[in-house]
Amino acid sequence: MSHALLRHMSVTAVVLGLFAFTGTLLVSSTNLMTEERIAENEKAALLQTLNTLIPRQQYDNDLTSDRIAVVNKEWLGSSQALMIYRARLGQKTVAAIMTVVAPDGYNGNIRMLVAIKADESLYGVRVLQHRETPGLGDGIDVDRSPWVHQFDGRSLTDPDELGWNVVKDGGVFDQFTGATISPRAVVKAVHQALLYYHRHRQMIFSTPAIMPEKERKHE
Amino acid sequence: MSDYRQITRQGLWENNPALVQILGMCPLLAVTTTVINGLGLGLATLLTLVLSNGTVSLIRGWLRPEIRIPVFVLVIAAIVTTIELLMNAYLHDLYKVLGIFIPLIVTNCAIIARAEAFAAKNPLLPSLLDGFMMGLGFTLVLVVLGALRESLGQGTLLAHAHLMFGDAARGLQITLVDDYGGFLLAILPPGAFIGLGLLIAIKNVIDERRQQADSAVKAPAAVAVENPA
Repeated sequence: MSHALLRHMSVTAVVLGLFAFTGTLLVSSTNLMTEERIAENEKAALLQTLNTLIPRQQYDNDLTSDRIAVVNKEWLGSSQALMIYRARLGQKTVAAIMTVVAPDGYNGNIRMLVAIKADESLYGVRVLQHRETPGLGDGIDVDRSPWVHQFDGRSLTDPDELGWNVVKDGGVFDQFTGATISPRAVVKAVHQALLYYHRHRQMIFSTPAIMPEKERKHE
Repeated sequence: MSDYRQITRQGLWENNPALVQILGMCPLLAVTTTVINGLGLGLATLLTLVLSNGTVSLIRGWLRPEIRIPVFVLVIAAIVTTIELLMNAYLHDLYKVLGIFIPLIVTNCAIIARAEAFAAKNPLLPSLLDGFMMGLGFTLVLVVLGALRESLGQGTLLAHAHLMFGDAARGLQITLVDDYGGFLLAILPPGAFIGLGLLIAIKNVIDERRQQADSAVKAPAAVAVENPA
């Protein structure tokens, strides 16, 4: 390799390096500046969703921090860790809000929150994320239709085992005109969540909460 | 002065990134299901274009031709990441809607095309204006396409305006047809292609009419010149 070429390359590399450094400086300083606010935003958004399921007055703990992560593909629909948030009033357990996944939606996974009271009846259900067909299956989203409110107050005994199906399959929950798959997936996932809760209630409330990132760093 | 006017005309109409250059299709087709989504992504793209054109114009003296493209990519990626972080921090609700499309701005070829074709050869001020006008031209198409798809698809305009302008804007939503059943095709991806095709066709028709009108005006003058001879 000629000397001149080597020289030329080094200079060019340094120029490119300087640009890379400046760009990285910009991005990482913005990241540092906004990190805390973004975390707060995410927490506030989560809390807002949780509060549509459990009214503010009914618990007094830090709901978004009092959480555990569980992995149970068979009952909760995902091989990844899912969060369970625990609502308490003083020493009393009020409810658990479980993140569950319905893996059999029309178009992939449907992520939802299922809030179950201590007496094993449902506060309610909210769909967090889905890719169901707009105008057909997306009625499971509370922004699109009140369908999901059918679950309010239901439990494992109301309706009974057979009733936990869409009407088309002999159950009590409505499907949509032209869309049975999305409601069927949601009904099944809610039922599974109730069964999981029934079996693991003790564990759900007694497992110590995950420590927040910051405190973990200090260890 | 006429130079600036020319840049404006190029960006908004004659060389519109979406209707003529057909650039940035991925975000354009994916996001325009509502006016507000279109506006949000359009403004983020506009901001990116102005900043990247400005930066590229400022550093154009130090650029070696062989590392030109890597530097453009670096500049654009850094700007988009910064905008993404700032949006996540200060416009969180809108970020949740547009979130996955913001990084796609990096791959919007309109931006690198303007850096290469304009900003790398022109001083700061014209480059900023070019970025602004190209961004505005892109935004206008996003908004019009969003309006077309939203009104046909769900019978409303400006739905979810509060995501962008805060709670006070909730009242902005216009319901065109009460109890509208919805027209699925307009919201699904084919609706985006058909809608954009329509817009391009309309632009071409307007251009053709104007050209005809122009030549109709010029023709008699030409005849008048020829007559004495």
